Amino acid sequence: MSNPLISARGLTKKFGDFTAVDAVDFDVAKGESFGLLGPNGAGKSTIMRVLAATSQRTSGTVEILGKDPELFGPLVRAHLGVVPQQDNLDGELTVTENLYIYGRYFGLSKKFISNKIEELLEFAQLEEKRDVKVEALSGGMKRRLTIARGLVSEPDILLLDEPTTGLDPQARHILWDRLFRLKEQGVTLVLTTHFMDEAEQLCDRLVVMDKGSIMAEGSPASLIKQYSSKEVLEVRFGSDRNKEVAPQLATMCERMETLPDRILMYTEDGEKLLEKITHAGMHATTSLVRRSSLEDVFLRLTGRTLIE
Amino acid sequence: MSNAVDIAMSRKSTAMYAGRPQVLLERGWLAFRSTNWVPVVTGFVEPVLFLLAFGYGMGNLVGDVTTGSKTIDYTLFIAPGLLANSAMNGAIYDSTWNVFWKLNESKLYKTMLSTPLGPLDIALGEITWALIRGLVYSIGFLTVVTALGLTPSFWAILAIPAASLVAFGFASFGMAITSYFKTYQQMGFINFVLLPMTLFSGSLYPISVYPDWLEKIIMALPLWHGIELVRAFWFGEVNSGVFVHISYFVVMIAIGLFVTSRRLRALFLR
Repeated sequence: MSNPLISARGLTKKFGDFTAVDAVDFDVAKGESFGLLGPNGAGKSTIMRVLAATSQRTSGTVEILGKDPELFGPLVRAHLGVVPQQDNLDGELTVTENLYIYGRYFGLSKKFISNKIEELLEFAQLEEKRDVKVEALSGGMKRRLTIARGLVSEPDILLLDEPTTGLDPQARHILWDRLFRLKEQGVTLVLTTHFMDEAEQLCDRLVVMDKGSIMAEGSPASLIKQYSSKEVLEVRFGSDRNKEVAPQLATMCERMETLPDRILMYTEDGEKLLEKITHAGMHATTSLVRRSSLEDVFLRLTGRTLIE
Repeated sequence: MSNAVDIAMSRKSTAMYAGRPQVLLERGWLAFRSTNWVPVVTGFVEPVLFLLAFGYGMGNLVGDVTTGSKTIDYTLFIAPGLLANSAMNGAIYDSTWNVFWKLNESKLYKTMLSTPLGPLDIALGEITWALIRGLVYSIGFLTVVTALGLTPSFWAILAIPAASLVAFGFASFGMAITSYFKTYQQMGFINFVLLPMTLFSGSLYPISVYPDWLEKIIMALPLWHGIELVRAFWFGEVNSGVFVHISYFVVMIAIGLFVTSRRLRALFLR
C-alpha cells in the first residue's frame, strides 16, 4: 500500500505477563473503511487505544500520517475523531454544549464551532434535542452525538470502538446509515466490532482477530470466498442426536462444524445437500440454507463462534 | 485558524501541555450555569454562620483576645481565620469531590485526554477553577464581614490575594491526593484530615495555648500558614514571617501541579 494513513508493524502490547496484542501488522489507506473483527478480548480495543495515542505500545512501530503517536501524541490526536466503546458524553452539559466544548478542547474558534454545530446536529438527527441535557437522550441518540462530537474537528480518521454494541436493531440501522454517509464523504473509518453483519456492511477491508493475533485479512467477500463455501446448510436433529448423525453427515459435504445446538455443513448448493440427507433417511427437525458469512470464516479460523 | 491540526502544529504543544487550560474554565462555567448551586451557597454561608455563632455567641463569654502585642475583640480575631478556612473549603470542594467524580465516574479527564489537550492543561485548568471558587468565597465573606464593621483597616483588602494563594495551594494539593483515590472510602480520608486541621489550626483561638509539641505539629500544617498569612494582611502586620507562609504555599502549589499532571498521564496515557 503506498502512503498508508495508518501503519502498524509488529505492534505488541503486554499488561504484565498477559499479551493483549501480539506482533500485529496492518495498514489503512486514505478513505478506506477498515475493520477489526473479533470476539471480546481479542485485543481490538487495545489496538484502538494505541492508535488513539492514549496507550503506549510495548514494542513494534506505529505511524499515523507518518507520525509516531507516542512521540507526537497531541498532534496525532488532532487528526483523529474518537468514538469510545462506552459513551463518555459530558452529562452536565446539553447536546449543543457537548459539541461546543469538545471543539474547544481542540482549540477551535467559537465561530468555527458554532457553524459546525448546525451541520453536526443535522448529521446526528438531533436538531430537536439541541438544548436537552445528554442524560435524557436514548442510547442511539447518545451514540450519534458521540460520533458527531468526534467529527467537530473535521478529523482525517474516525476511530469507532464497537459503535453499535448495546443498541437496538433500529438504532443500529440508523447508525450504519450515518457511517455510510461519512464513508461517502471520504472520511477514513477504523472500527472494531464483534458483529459479522456490521463488518460486512461497513468494512471495505478487515482483519479477523483472535487472542491478540490477526488470523486473516481481506475484504468481507474475499475472506468468505477464501475460507468458506458459497452456502451453508444448518441442520438440527435435537441435541442428543446431533452427535450420533455427525459422522455420517461428514462424508456428505466438503467441511462440517458441529456446534452444541446445530450442525453447519459447508457446500456449494445447500438445497441439493438437504435433499441428499433426507434421501439417506435422516430427517432434520429444522434446516436452513443460507449464504456463508464472516461468522463462518471466524469459525473456520478459530474453531469458535464470535459471540459466545 | 480553524483547523485542529494547524492549531496543534502552531503551538509548541508537548505531550504534557497544549497551552489551553482556559477551556477547562469554559467547561466549568457551562456546567456551573445549570447545576451545582446548592454546594456553592453552602460553602459561602458556612463561614458566615461560624462567625455569627462563635463571634457573637462565644465572643460574649471570651471578651478580648491577646495575641502578640495586641488585644482585640474576639469576633475580629476569628474573622481572618475563618476567611482562610473559607478559601480552603471552596478550593477543596472542587479539587477533591468534583475531581474524584470526573476521574472515576464521568471519566471526563479521559475524554479530554483523547483530544490534543495534555495533563497539565487539565491540572492547571481545574486548579484555577477551584482557586476562583475559593476567591469568590473569600470576597463574599469579606463583604459580609465589612458590612458587620469587622474590617480593621483598608489593609484587609490584601487578605483577598492572600486567601487566593491559600485556595490555590489547597486546590493543587487536593487534586494531587484525589488522583490516587479510587473509592469513596478513601475519599473519606480527606475529611478525616480536614476536620481536626480546621479545628486545631488556630482560627478560633491562638495556638500558643497548646503544649509545645502540638504547636509544632500545627505549625507544620498548611492551614495554620494560611490563617497566619491572611491574618497578617488583615491587620496590616506584614513581617518576614509572611514570606515563610507564602513560600510554603508556592511549594505546595508546585508539588500539587507536578504530581497531578504526572498522575493524569499515568492514568490515561499509558
